[in-house]
Amino acid sequence: MTETCTVPLHHLAHARAGDKGNRLNVSVIAYDDALWPVILTEVTEKRVAEALAHRHPSKVTRYVLPKVQALNFVIDDVLEGGVNASLGLDTHGKGLAFRVLELSVQVPAQLLSKTRMSVKLKIKEG
Amino acid sequence: MYCIGSGAGFSGDRTDAALPVVAEIAASGKSGAIIFETLGERTLALGQLAKRRNPVLGFEPLLEEIVSPILADCVAAGIVIVGNFGSANPSGAASVIHDLGKQQGLHNLKIAVVEGDDILGKIDLAQAERWDGDGRMGEPTGELIAINVYLGAQAIAKAISDGAQVVVTGRVADSALALGPLVAHFNWDWQDLDLMAAGTLVGHLLECGSQISGGFFADPGFKNVPEPENIGFPIAEVEDDGSFIITKPVNTGGVVDLRTVKEQLLYEIHDPGAYLTPDVTLDITEVYLQEVAENRVLVRGARGHTPSLQLKATVSYLSDWRGEAEISYAGPNALARADLAIDIIERRIRRRGIKAAIRADIMGLSSVFDSDDGALRQNELLRSDLLSDLRVRFAFVSTAEKEVRRAIQEVTALYCCGPAGGGGIRSSLSQRVHTHSYLIPRESAPDSYRFWQPSL
Repeated sequence: MTETCTVPLHHLAHARAGDKGNRLNVSVIAYDDALWPVILTEVTEKRVAEALAHRHPSKVTRYVLPKVQALNFVIDDVLEGGVNASLGLDTHGKGLAFRVLELSVQVPAQLLSKTRMSVKLKIKEG
Repeated sequence: MYCIGSGAGFSGDRTDAALPVVAEIAASGKSGAIIFETLGERTLALGQLAKRRNPVLGFEPLLEEIVSPILADCVAAGIVIVGNFGSANPSGAASVIHDLGKQQGLHNLKIAVVEGDDILGKIDLAQAERWDGDGRMGEPTGELIAINVYLGAQAIAKAISDGAQVVVTGRVADSALALGPLVAHFNWDWQDLDLMAAGTLVGHLLECGSQISGGFFADPGFKNVPEPENIGFPIAEVEDDGSFIITKPVNTGGVVDLRTVKEQLLYEIHDPGAYLTPDVTLDITEVYLQEVAENRVLVRGARGHTPSLQLKATVSYLSDWRGEAEISYAGPNALARADLAIDIIERRIRRRGIKAAIRADIMGLSSVFDSDDGALRQNELLRSDLLSDLRVRFAFVSTAEKEVRRAIQEVTALYCCGPAGGGGIRSSLSQRVHTHSYLIPRESAPDSYRFWQPSL
C-alpha cells in the first residue's frame, strides 16, 4: 500500500499571479518533472475555485502546458473590481498566487522523498 | 545575433538597473537595443492629468533619472533606446532627452516620437466593444480623460530603420518595444507569423524587467536568489531564426533558469494558444526551454497566428475618491479590540449618515486574501487569541470627496473615543482613475512616427 502524505502545494510547485481588468491568472509550475502527474491530478479548476470562493469568481479555466510542466488558471471576476476599482489592500491580486499554493495536496511519500524539494521538507503523516 | 536588454519593467522600477545591461551589450560588440517599459494600465491616465495641469509634462516622471546614466554609452555603442516613457506626452519626453543629450555633448541626436495611440475625441465608444476581461466591473463613471490604443511595432521598426537612436512612444503593446528593433535589424517579414511570434515572445519575456532574472521570485528556502539587492536585468540574445537565449549581465545578482523563465512566460497570459497582440496572435503551447549554461536559457518554439482585426484600448475616467485609514492594537486581547474598532466605525458611519462604501481588514489575521465582506476575517478557523500585533485597515470609497473625509475623521477620532491602546493612526486620500478596456477596429488607430525637432 502506497503511503501518501498531505502537503501544501507550495512544497511541490511555484506560482505567479498576473492581473488584467477584473481577471486574474495564476500559473502553477512543478518544481520537478516527477511531481507533474500529481499536480495535474490534484490541482483542478474546482479546487482553485474553492480556494477563492469567498471572492465569488464567475469562472475558473485551467490550461495545461505539459512541455513546461505548468498549469495556467484564468479566474474571472475575482479581483473585486480590479487594480483601480477595488477596495482591497492588494488590488492587483499579486498575493493570490500564494492562496493557490496553500492548497493541500496528496502525494505518495516515496515520490516526495525522491524529488529535489525533499531536503527542504518535513514529511508529515497523512 | 542581436542583443535586447531591459532597463525597466514598470514605472517605479530601480533606476540603476540599466547600467550593467548597457555595459554588457556594449562589451559584446553586437548590435543591440535597450527597452524601458514604464506604462501600467493607469500610469498613462495620470500622465494625461499631469499634462492638463502643465502641457510640458505628462511623460514618465523619472525619465531623466532613467535615461541620463546610459544615454552617452548607448549612443557611443550604437545601442538603440526604445521606451514607452513618453506616456501622455511623447513629444515632451523627446524634448527632455534632447536636452540631456546636449548636456552630455551629444548633438543632433535622432529622437523618434511614435504617435497615434492617443485617440481621445477621435472615436465613438458606443461603436466599440467592451473587453470581456473586465467582467463584472460595471459601467464607468466620472470624467473621461484618456483613450489610448495599444499600438504595434511597425512605427518603431520604421523609425529605427530610418536611423533613430532613441524611440519614444506612448501606449504600445509592451512586446512591441522589442519586436520593433528586431524587425528593423533582421528585416523580418511582418507576414512571417512565426518570426513575429518569436519577436513578440522576446518582448513578453523582457517586458517586466527583473521578473525573469530573479525579481519577484525569491521564496527563501524554496527559491533562493543571490544578491537580490543587485539583480541583473535581462538580456535576450536573438538569432535570425527567432530562437534566443535569455541571460543577464555578469557580476550581477539574480538568477535566470527554467523556473524564472516559466514564471514570466505565463505572466498575464490567459489562453496560452492565443495571446493577442497587434502584430500577431502568440501561441506559447509549443515553447521549448533549455538551460544551456548557468544563467542562460534557450527559448524556441513560439508560434504565430493571424492577428486580431481589433486593437485593445484603455479608456480612463477621473472617478471616485478612496480613503484608507489604519490603526494598530497589540498585546493581550488585541483581536477583541480590533474587532470592536471595526464594529464602532461601522456604527459611526451609519449613525452619521456618511455615504461611503466601507471595507475593513485586520492585517495580521486576514487582509491580502480576504473579500470586501470580510469572509476570512470572520472565519472562526482563522481567528486566534494568540494574535497579538494587529493593524486594522479601513477603506472608504465615495464619489463625494467630503464623505470620504468624514469617514476618515471617524477613524482618527478613535484616538480618544476608541478601544484601549489603539495607536499609529495613518490615513490617506486620493481621487481614483478607473480604466476600462475596449476593442476597436484596427483602422481607427493608425500608428506613425516623426523625428522630433526643437521647434515643434
